[in-house]
Amino acid sequence: MQPLTNRSKQVDRSPMTFSEKLYLPSIAKGMAITFSHLFKKRPTIQYPEQTRPFSQVFRGLHVLNRDEEGRERCTACGLCAVACPAEAITMEAAERQDGEENLYREEKYAAKYEINMLRCIFCGLCEEACPKDAIYLSETFAPANFNRQGFIYNKQELLIPNPVTEKEAYEKAAGGRVRKPVNE
Amino acid sequence: MTFSLLAITLDWALVLEKFLLILVVVSISLGFAMYSTYAERKVAGFLQDRLGPNRFGWFGLLQPVADAIKLFAKEDIIPNKANKVLFVLGPGLAMLAALMTSAVIPWGDTLTIGDRAVSLQIADINIGMLYVFAVVALGVYGVMIGGWSSNNKFSLLAAIRGASQNISYELAMGLSIIALVFVTGSLSLKDIVVSQQTIGWNFFLQPLGFLLFMICAFAECNRTPFDLPEAENELNFGYHQEYSSMKLGFYLFAEYINMFISSVIMSTLYFGGYDILPFVDETKWGLDPNVLTLLGFGALMIKTVFFVFFFMWVRWTIPRFRYDQLMNLGWKKLIPLALINMLITAAVVLYLQNGWPK
Repeated sequence: MQPLTNRSKQVDRSPMTFSEKLYLPSIAKGMAITFSHLFKKRPTIQYPEQTRPFSQVFRGLHVLNRDEEGRERCTACGLCAVACPAEAITMEAAERQDGEENLYREEKYAAKYEINMLRCIFCGLCEEACPKDAIYLSETFAPANFNRQGFIYNKQELLIPNPVTEKEAYEKAAGGRVRKPVNE
Repeated sequence: MTFSLLAITLDWALVLEKFLLILVVVSISLGFAMYSTYAERKVAGFLQDRLGPNRFGWFGLLQPVADAIKLFAKEDIIPNKANKVLFVLGPGLAMLAALMTSAVIPWGDTLTIGDRAVSLQIADINIGMLYVFAVVALGVYGVMIGGWSSNNKFSLLAAIRGASQNISYELAMGLSIIALVFVTGSLSLKDIVVSQQTIGWNFFLQPLGFLLFMICAFAECNRTPFDLPEAENELNFGYHQEYSSMKLGFYLFAEYINMFISSVIMSTLYFGGYDILPFVDETKWGLDPNVLTLLGFGALMIKTVFFVFFFMWVRWTIPRFRYDQLMNLGWKKLIPLALINMLITAAVVLYLQNGWPK
């Protein structure tokens, strides 16, 4: 059979020679190898202080995007919920009242928007389905929680910080993935 | 020396001196063992390209404290069917045997405080080596009693293994020491160190003896590659499987104290003890004798730290021996080698003393 790698070696079952029986030369060799590892670079990432950069296409927790004036983009059309293969998204629509134009971009908005992170498979189909650039998968992942209820994220938890009043927090949450508002 | 508990001429200063010395030596042994656990994890980490504990305290230096607190806080379980007296006695014996050896080790030359010469050795007895062997042999009881009284098959198997291993390797160890005694002509550890200060370290005279002694020391301490009594994969955890809380802590601690004491004994017997450099007369450096004594103690500690590191280095390099390999090595290789070493040494010593037989 052809070997899979060029590292495969026929097992040598010939009796040990005297120097092999002494063990000491091979022990010395092995100890030299372990000693050399004292000076090697450690690949450890000290997690809470250091984090590994995510790839550009990493799909993490969802954010609900806002436009350049800080208004919610979501119109509660339900396309994301339809696209979702895991049926993790629930929403209730409501009509924008007079005087709420600074809160919601269009006449209809999501009064309730919940994603069950235990159901979600982080496929990103909601992001693809959204016609309003309202939902994106960010570069963070869901932190651990002690009860199931904690994994159902409501709208307040999902909404991205306001780009007008909290610019830095917005940039941090948006990362490299969320499409920034452009003046349309 | 006028020293008797019944006599009126009890030298209270001497009693106080020895008491303080015992206190210092025991606390050094315990502190050293405590930080050996930290060093072991750190060395293991570094040899395997990891970092080791580095969270609690500066570079993780408080980690042993955290471990101790954890062990104290654990529930202390005594199995129902265990022999309760022996179950408690086991870890105590292991610890006692580990600590008792330090009594005869010369930790340094004499310190002069006022007009009093304080020898940095608790007891300079003329059979020091025999005492060390006797106490080391006692250590088997800790393993044996602990394993048997737990009333657990695996513990018992491990204890039997441990006992037979310790007894087998004690033979080769004793034989390698006999060759050393031929060279130095004394069983007192102090005399052995003093003789090394003049004729050079015993390692240069007895390299094979040192090698044998070291291998046996590994086996005596139940350290890898000879840690068969603890073999996790076949005996779960060995003879301390049923132990929990501080009793387990005592067993683990005793192992590290044993390691420390073996390192000290190896440095004392073969690497000049508190002698700073081989083939150099340190008294000609013109230093204050007290400073020289402290430097000597430092030298002994440096040698010890090296050997402890060596123990760990070997542990994270060499896999465990199989039981038959262990016994073959002990009985068929080490003992014959030790006998040959002894014969050659004896012949050479006789030749140097009496010349060629006519």
